[in-house]
Amino acid sequence: MASIEVGGKSYETDEEGYLVNLAEWNPEVGVYLAGTESVELTEQHWEVINFLREYFEEYQIAPAVRVLTKAIGKKLGAEKGNSEYLYGLFPYGPGKQACKIAGLPKPTGCV
Amino acid sequence: MADITAPAYRIIPIVPALKPGAMEGKGPFVASDKINEAIGFPGQLVEDWHDKAIAKMGDLLSKYRSLKVYMDACVHCGACSDKCHYFIGTQDPKNMPVARQDLMRSVYRRYFTLPGKLFPKLVGARDLTREVLDEWYNYFNQCSECRRCSVFCPYGIDTAEVTMAAREILDSVGYGQKYSNEIIGKVHKIGNNLGLPGPALRDTLEGLEEDVKDATGIDVKFPMDVKGAEVLLITPSADFFAEPHIDSLIGYAKVFHATGTSWTLSSMSSEAGNFGMFIGNYDQLRTIAMRIRQAALELGVKRIVVGECGHAWRVAYSFWNTLNGVGDGADADDKFAQMLQKQLDHRYKQPMHICEFTWDAIQAGTLTFDKTKNDKHIITFHDSCNVARGSRMGDYAGGQFEIPRNIIKACANNFVEMDPRTTREQTFCCGGGGGLLTDDLLDLRVKGALPRMEVLQQVKDEQGVNFMATICAICKAQFTKVLPIYGFERKMVGGVHQLVSNAIILGEDK
Repeated sequence: MASIEVGGKSYETDEEGYLVNLAEWNPEVGVYLAGTESVELTEQHWEVINFLREYFEEYQIAPAVRVLTKAIGKKLGAEKGNSEYLYGLFPYGPGKQACKIAGLPKPTGCV
Repeated sequence: MADITAPAYRIIPIVPALKPGAMEGKGPFVASDKINEAIGFPGQLVEDWHDKAIAKMGDLLSKYRSLKVYMDACVHCGACSDKCHYFIGTQDPKNMPVARQDLMRSVYRRYFTLPGKLFPKLVGARDLTREVLDEWYNYFNQCSECRRCSVFCPYGIDTAEVTMAAREILDSVGYGQKYSNEIIGKVHKIGNNLGLPGPALRDTLEGLEEDVKDATGIDVKFPMDVKGAEVLLITPSADFFAEPHIDSLIGYAKVFHATGTSWTLSSMSSEAGNFGMFIGNYDQLRTIAMRIRQAALELGVKRIVVGECGHAWRVAYSFWNTLNGVGDGADADDKFAQMLQKQLDHRYKQPMHICEFTWDAIQAGTLTFDKTKNDKHIITFHDSCNVARGSRMGDYAGGQFEIPRNIIKACANNFVEMDPRTTREQTFCCGGGGGLLTDDLLDLRVKGALPRMEVLQQVKDEQGVNFMATICAICKAQFTKVLPIYGFERKMVGGVHQLVSNAIILGEDK
């Protein structure tokens, strides 16, 4: 099994670099995972990451893309409540890339 | 992944030059102990894999007469060789369907035919070595079981069955693929491929009710776990989660609303997809299908309707009858199947595709459309392989081709066909079907999309096509990913019921 080293501590990851033990996530690990995806985290990224983590806390799954865009739109203004905005932040796709950085499991299936 | 680029379009779309070994490698991620054991497979490659694999092959050959025929019948005529999207896109000769099948056929000859046992070299028979097993894993995960090659085979050899058998043998010795096996585990545990629990599904559906109300002013419901509803909708869980899938879900709900149909989703059985078929494992296929029967019995529904999911419709149309008793044909002593048969309303097709449901309503005059709402689109239709070659719709041959097109033409003004050599029964796979829709196979998926992208480019250039409709969750997810790599807009792909949703006239506005 693969692992990453952040702040002197080792974290187990799967083949694709997703955290195995989701409870181990912390913002430092988030920054590190973003680096592996060549994403530089700005305040806008953190808004999304924080929402993902809150949603996951409650529902044990990442939100649907529609739920995410709506929540971001409500919080940051309608002009940001669309998938283009999210793709701008997370070019590989808000579903998978944002989940990885936020320490959520990878959405599986036909997505 | 940034280094994955689209192959160049072929100037003349003929047999590509060969690049031997182009797709050699380790294949997709292998399933872990945890994933395999959760669905009853050996955790990792077992020590006596050789004997176990050969025994399993013997077992499959005795159980499925078709497989034995496919092993014996091929005369290497080559009719299939250039019909595979993965061969066209990768140029690896082992991706010619005949050559991919021969990876298994050579082993079959060695262990199950007399000449192969006596003179293996003379008849191209091979021992099952670790190298051969690895080659199986790599190349049988480069077939999407789309069965396009089978259309051209003069003997009717079903390549997908060979791939399924190979994957079944690999799983039986603990050498399964992560993507498919992890998903199957999630269905058993949670009820859908995504792992979406009931409360999250309810939250998503409530959100959609708000969205549709905001957009139309009409209270369109997205019911869940409603006992006594007439229709149970079984749809791919991607419809609850991904874009553009969710727009088709909105379309189904609007159709049910406009036709006054009481319907429900089930939180326990919230998946149409059935990856048991992709890995060729009958027990997994059946266990997954059983959830639908259980939900139908518990909710007391009269009809079962299936959403836009290609392989699910093949499973539903072709196998549900004997798997779970939706449709006539289950054993007389299968108590619950017979109970379900009594419960369902046989004035309607069981199961029914959502496209059949919508088309029936259009013909009955219960749906009306403002076609101009789709005027921004010049639309083409991508036939999904499992619908096109593994099922039917309506009550006439070829209904699965006509009905989705009829719906598009009923709700939109601009419809264009792609090259007829790439549609209907000759359609090309999107490049992500059959359990290959995983990021670790993205290079293969991009290459496999080549023949579809070539003809899409043609209708885009010549007729201004800007929307490709499809009725499969895998096609939608695959195209969303690969279209931008070929220079198309990501949002160019969408569902047939997305177009329905755009144009349908609801309730008070009617």
